[in-house]
Amino acid sequence: MAGIEDLKGEPVPLEESAAELAPDLTAAAVDVVPPALVAQSMGQYMRAWWVRVRGGDAGVLPVVLALVGVSLVLQIVSPRGLFLSPGNIVNLFIQSSVFIVLAMSETFVLLLGDIDLSVGYVGAIGGIIAGNFVQPGLDWPWWIAIVIGLAVTCVIGWIYGLIITKLRLPAFVVTLAGFLFYFGVMIILLGASGSVPISSTVLVNQEFLYGIVNTNIDPTLGWIGLVVIVLVLGATIWLRDTGRRKSGLVAPPVGLTVAKIAFLAGAGIVVVAICNVNRGTFLPIAGVPWVVPIVLAVLGVWTILLERTQFGRHMYAVGGNAEAARRAGISVDNVRTVAFILCALTAGIGGVIYLSWQGGISTNINGGQLVLYAVAAAVIGGTSLFGGRGRAIHGVLGGLVIGAIYNGLYLLGLAIQWQLIATGLVLLAAVAVDSLYRRGAGGVARA
Amino acid sequence: MTVSASVGESAGPAASGEPLLKLRGISKHFGAVQALYQVDLDLPAATVTALCGDNGAGKSCLTKTIAGIYQADEGEIFFEGSQVHIRSPKDSAALGIETVYQDLALADNLDIVQNMFLGRERKGRFFLDEDDMEKAAAETLAGLRVTTVRSIRQPVATLSGGQRQAVAVAKAVMWNSKLVLLDEPTAALGVAQTQMVLELIRRLKDHGLAVMVISHNLNDVFEVADRIAVLRLGRMVAQDNISAFDRETVVDFMTSGGSNRGVAAVGTQAAL
Repeated sequence: MAGIEDLKGEPVPLEESAAELAPDLTAAAVDVVPPALVAQSMGQYMRAWWVRVRGGDAGVLPVVLALVGVSLVLQIVSPRGLFLSPGNIVNLFIQSSVFIVLAMSETFVLLLGDIDLSVGYVGAIGGIIAGNFVQPGLDWPWWIAIVIGLAVTCVIGWIYGLIITKLRLPAFVVTLAGFLFYFGVMIILLGASGSVPISSTVLVNQEFLYGIVNTNIDPTLGWIGLVVIVLVLGATIWLRDTGRRKSGLVAPPVGLTVAKIAFLAGAGIVVVAICNVNRGTFLPIAGVPWVVPIVLAVLGVWTILLERTQFGRHMYAVGGNAEAARRAGISVDNVRTVAFILCALTAGIGGVIYLSWQGGISTNINGGQLVLYAVAAAVIGGTSLFGGRGRAIHGVLGGLVIGAIYNGLYLLGLAIQWQLIATGLVLLAAVAVDSLYRRGAGGVARA
Repeated sequence: MTVSASVGESAGPAASGEPLLKLRGISKHFGAVQALYQVDLDLPAATVTALCGDNGAGKSCLTKTIAGIYQADEGEIFFEGSQVHIRSPKDSAALGIETVYQDLALADNLDIVQNMFLGRERKGRFFLDEDDMEKAAAETLAGLRVTTVRSIRQPVATLSGGQRQAVAVAKAVMWNSKLVLLDEPTAALGVAQTQMVLELIRRLKDHGLAVMVISHNLNDVFEVADRIAVLRLGRMVAQDNISAFDRETVVDFMTSGGSNRGVAAVGTQAAL
């Protein structure tokens, strides 16, 4: 009987078929094809890309523009042009890191059309538990402390997943309950002193945790690391794209492959160069803070998980059409449960970074604001609130925008109320863009 | 014309021997509602069978029984001559039965390749084997002459209705399927796109697949079907070669369960 074998007869290369477009293929449907997938040359690519931008789906373009715009405005209005000074840019990376990691954590559940309102306090609990294990008396190895903290957050996420999938409760309500519950748990964990400090200079493990954010990579080592990263990633991209071009698969033009690698190298050089400028006033301070490669590692691992593995594919499928996923034999409940575990795990990583950044966690931590910033960062970066669309990189870019606003308004001496107002407006703009895109895509689907 | 009650074991299609799928005496009820009553149905290979019937006649129920979503209360199912038990969609897929539902079950945010391999992704040791999947998807689409999509890496959201139907059908035939059930494949489509989908159905037949099309649209039925089976209130009231019917008789069977227009003589089985 007919199967793939029988259907192979007279293969018609799909690329040729573009010439004989059927009349039912509307212009709109052609226009929104992702440019990298059809273009044969750079010129075609740029045109296709521009058409798509006008159609409302610009990928990461809006958030990159927002980042540039916010940076320029803050540079102009900040006293003595302080905003884009090397010292402040490093500061910005550090301040953004918690928002970035929490935004990546939120991405997992946003992809399914869910939300986790408790990542702020769940992350804090992960950080506090890690911090508790390096207190005097216990003084466990730092990495065991981190593993225990993250294991606890994983269990929290797993319980969320069970409640949401078995009891069929909306994630919004379950995690709102979790927000209050874990706020309370956090206060209990912090005990009478109301804080877990890790600022000891005697205890090696405390010092190490503190150093995650507050120490820098030796400038030379920074350059070496950059070269290694660019070589590995560049070679991967190059081999994949040329391989696909050779076997006649859909692939970007050579120019775009080169441009991607060049951009990667260029961005890396700028970041390392800025971080390696001496930013100390009395003693020389230079180098990339350790938190930067840590955030990039989280980005890398989650990007591979989401975009290169079967599980990641299933997450997108469940977010795009849960019924289709179910009929395709995907266990929607399992995917959802694992998404909540990954969300809580990543929140725990954010909590450890927060612990390191602040030299401890106290009851002053504002888990409510953190979760709002996390969701805002993910959405500003391009992740949809309605599920099915989102990448880890969106969390990074959106987190940088939030960090820039946070940092810039602080430089201007404007108090928290203005940060909140500015962030609120940016979030509204991001959701509006998201919603417009969805309407645009829907219109095409009906065409 | 063969009225279902009179179909005996000997009434199989003359030309191709045993039909690929044979249902005998299938009954299904939901509480007090008898959805299917003693339904017999033959689906021969390389043949398009149209399943017609008014709303609530039991078309969807019968389809879901074949697809394994429902299990019949009574009756037997024979696949390639031997009796089978279809207890789940997995069972039907293992036999080579694929169903394309009216809502198509495509994820809009995924591209054509990703949709065609949804739930059955090919992987290397750790990661998805995108190149392999893309090649296989391209071959299947080319084999079906689905050449109007500009790139198989475009998201399904950007496709027209006819193209989406084509992708859903291509997804169904990728898996060495032998029988494809299509639920209202042209219901939401314009004229040009309907033609494209009907052409696709003919191609499935040319590849030797058995096809069952559920359709309200008698124009489409008479254009593409080789056989017609008519359900009315859960009973198979007529089932025969297309030449035994015309539009009026089909409508008569759908609405009143019989026809006195004399086009087909009840009780004879036309050769396929």
